[in-house]
Order: sequence, then C-alpha cells, then structure tokens
Amino acid sequence: MSNISIQIHDKSYLNTTDNSTKQIIHNVSLSLKNNEFVCLVGHSGCGKTSLLNILAGLDSDFSGDISLGNTPPKVGYIFQSPRLLPWRTVEKNISLATDCNAENLDFLLETMSLSEEKQHFPAQLSLGMSRRVSIARAFANNPDLLLMDEPFVSLDSPTARQVRQLLVNLWQKRPHNVLFVTHDLREAITLADRLIFLDSKPMTIMKEIRVNIPREERNNETKIEQFRQQLFIDYPEIHTLL
Amino acid sequence: MLSFNYKSLLKQPIAQSSLSFILLILLWHSLAIFLESPTLPTPSVVLTILVDETVSGQLLHHLSATLGRLLISFSIAMLLGCAIGIGLGINKRLNNFFDAWLLIFLNIPALVTIILCYVWFGLSETAAILAVVINKLPNVIVTLREGARALDDELLAMAKCYRFSKLKTLQHVIWPQLHPFIMAATRSGLALIWKIILVVEMLGRSDGMGYQLHLFFQLFDVASILAYTVAFIVVIQSIEFLILKPLDKYALRWR
Repeated sequence: MSNISIQIHDKSYLNTTDNSTKQIIHNVSLSLKNNEFVCLVGHSGCGKTSLLNILAGLDSDFSGDISLGNTPPKVGYIFQSPRLLPWRTVEKNISLATDCNAENLDFLLETMSLSEEKQHFPAQLSLGMSRRVSIARAFANNPDLLLMDEPFVSLDSPTARQVRQLLVNLWQKRPHNVLFVTHDLREAITLADRLIFLDSKPMTIMKEIRVNIPREERNNETKIEQFRQQLFIDYPEIHTLL
Repeated sequence: MLSFNYKSLLKQPIAQSSLSFILLILLWHSLAIFLESPTLPTPSVVLTILVDETVSGQLLHHLSATLGRLLISFSIAMLLGCAIGIGLGINKRLNNFFDAWLLIFLNIPALVTIILCYVWFGLSETAAILAVVINKLPNVIVTLREGARALDDELLAMAKCYRFSKLKTLQHVIWPQLHPFIMAATRSGLALIWKIILVVEMLGRSDGMGYQLHLFFQLFDVASILAYTVAFIVVIQSIEFLILKPLDKYALRWR
C-alpha cells in the first residue's frame, strides 16, 4: 500500500506561436491513501491528462512536489488512445509491458472477450478492441497505482459495464490506489470512493465529495441517479463542470 | 477440352514484366542487326561473352572484389549513419551544431572525395573503402535523422510508463518505426555505392568491376562492357529479391 500526495503549484505550457505561457494547473493539492478509488471529474481540456502524465513520471516540467511513498509504485496507465505497438501481437503488447504469467494473461483476455484475437496485430482490431487490450495491459501489470484517462469512452455500454465490473473486482481483489478521469458523472459515482470536481483554466479543485453508497449497491442505477440528483441540489456549482 | 485463358494470364504482374523484358531484348536485337556496328553487339554475343567470362573465372574474380568492397563500405556507412542519424534526430542541439557539416558533406562531389582519399592515404584498399563510406554516410544520416524525428512520442511515453528497459525500447518501440527509413537508406545506398565503387576502382585499384570496365573501354570492347553490366544488374536484382524484399515482407507483416 502506498500513500500518494500531490502538490502542484504551477504547470504551464509554452505557446510556440506567440511565445506566451499558458497556465494549465494552479495550486492543486490532493492525496490518495488506503487504496482509494478517486474519480477526477471536469471539462475536457482542463488539465486532467497533464496531471496524470506528471503522476506517471512522463512530465517533470512543473513546480510542485509529488510523493509516491517509500518505493516507487508500479504504475498502470490507460491512456486516452490505446497506444499499442502496431508491429506486435495483442499477446506481445501485453507481455512486453508487464511480467504477467500466461495463465493470468489468458484470464484477462477472456474477460475482455479477446481470446480469439490473442495473435492478432492491432491493425486487425476495432478501436473498441484496441481499448480493451490497453485496459488488459494495465491490469496485467498488477499496478500499485492505476491511472485511467477516460478509458471506457468508445466502448459500447454492455462492454463498458462488463469492464467496469472487472475493474472493481480486480481492485477489490488486489487493492491499490486508482485515479480515474472521466466527465461522465454516473460512471464516476458508480466507481469512486471520492469524487474530485475540477475547474479549468487553470485547473483548480472545486469540490471534493465522498460517495457513501455501499459497494454492493453500486449496480443499482436508481441509487446512482438519486445520488447524482442530490449532488446537483447540494452543490449547484458543479453543473457548470458537466 | 483444355482451354487457356490468355487474357487472365496477361493480367498477372509477372507476365506483364516478362513481356516488357522480352520486348526490350527484341528491340536491342533488331537495332544491333540494323546498325551492324561493333559498338552495339547483339544480345546473343553479349550472352556468349558473359558465359565465357563466368567459366574462365574472370567475372567472378572481379565481381567478388567489388562485392567485398560493397559489403564492407555499406556496413560501415549504415552502422555509423544509423547511430549518428538517430543521435541528430533526437537531440535538437546536436543537430543544430552539426547541420552545417552535414550540408557540406552532402554537397562534396563523389569524385573529389575519392581523389582526396587516394592523395591523402595512398592507392590502398582502406582509402578506397573510406572514400565510399564518406560518400554514402551523409545520405544515411539524413534519412535516419528524419526517421528519428518522426518517432511516435505517445508510444515512447507508454514504454517509459511501463518501465521498458533501454534495449527493450530500442528493439520493440524505436527500431520498428525506423524500419522504413532504414530500408530506404539501404536501397538508395546500394544504388549509390555501386556507382561510386566503380569510380573508386577505376581510379585506383587493380581489380574489381570498375577496373575491368575501364580496361574494356580502353580496348573499345563494348560487348564485354555490356556482359559485365548484365552481370551487375543480375546481382543487384538478386539482392533486392532474395534479401531486401523478404526482409521487408517479414518486418511489415503487421500491416
């Protein structure tokens, strides 16, 4: 179990056309502990991906401090695009990125309905299938910290529901911190222990709300909807973010 | 009854190229008969000489000398060119610094490099190979630099995030992306190196295809020049069909 604390004072990008700098993140501070499932909810373009990239160690050009615990956590990152190696098969794409054994790999592929595509190249897959491979890759890594950047966007709803359930099952079986980016509030309520609403330009934390629906009741769509409606009544300002 | 569909046969690419090749030989043959000049022998005369030279071992001796030089200079130019090209492609500052050098080397005429190498290092094998390498190197560097610039940042980020080792990243992420650029450098390189080697051999070696062609030129022996040229074309095409094409097919099987 690793406790993660994030403090970003400033993250800016240089606009090369007019040499101006644009601040993306300003004074964001959050922490993940006790294997929490946290959903970040905000407009697209509000800097959520930048935040995930900083956490994944892909971007070090910011001012602030990231503490990932005593030992660097194993990160699983589901990017917005699948980012599969086009010249390697589905099986190879997963095994290259992880130390997953054959049995676990077969189980994951079966759960993702990808068993028949094991030896296929990404060019032979649909976008939805490629997304599922990238999700399988992240799960197969047995991560200590799972970063998910709108992972279920292009999946049809039965598959999305199935993969969402798998995600929760795997997370409960092997608890770890999850940071899940979405702009779908229902999805966020279904999954999260805690919701973080983000304001944009630059990104700041607008509201943090704990989801107190018991895990076993999360499949109940009425409960989710009730919680959502109550959120809008209690915090009308979050309307502007969705 | 056995029927033969000529129309569908002619639609096959191999049939089309064979037909075009036969037409070329026929044209050559007709022109040679019409001109009746020793400067344009018929295809059959050229073929006879080709067989004689092969049997006597002369052709193989000179061809293998040239092929040996080709292999060594090509390997050095490709290895060095790939390393420098990738380096310049991923390091902007390094590229800005060495860009002017590259431009100069790209524009030095091949003949000048060959003459200077022979003057500075003597009429030796090393000088000959060095001259070919210097001529070829800038082309490989430029091609691979473009390849390295076009590397997919998203895939590199994925590799970094999933803690790929440097070797794994090179083997599974970078190398496959550079493949088309390496093949382009290989093909243009072979075509260029052949031509330069002939000049190098003509100016300062006592064996090889270039030396032999120069000798035939002095004897005004057009039939032998054409026979050696045919041998040349056969070797180049064999490299393309037996090595490069299968390599391409294997490496690009994912497309």
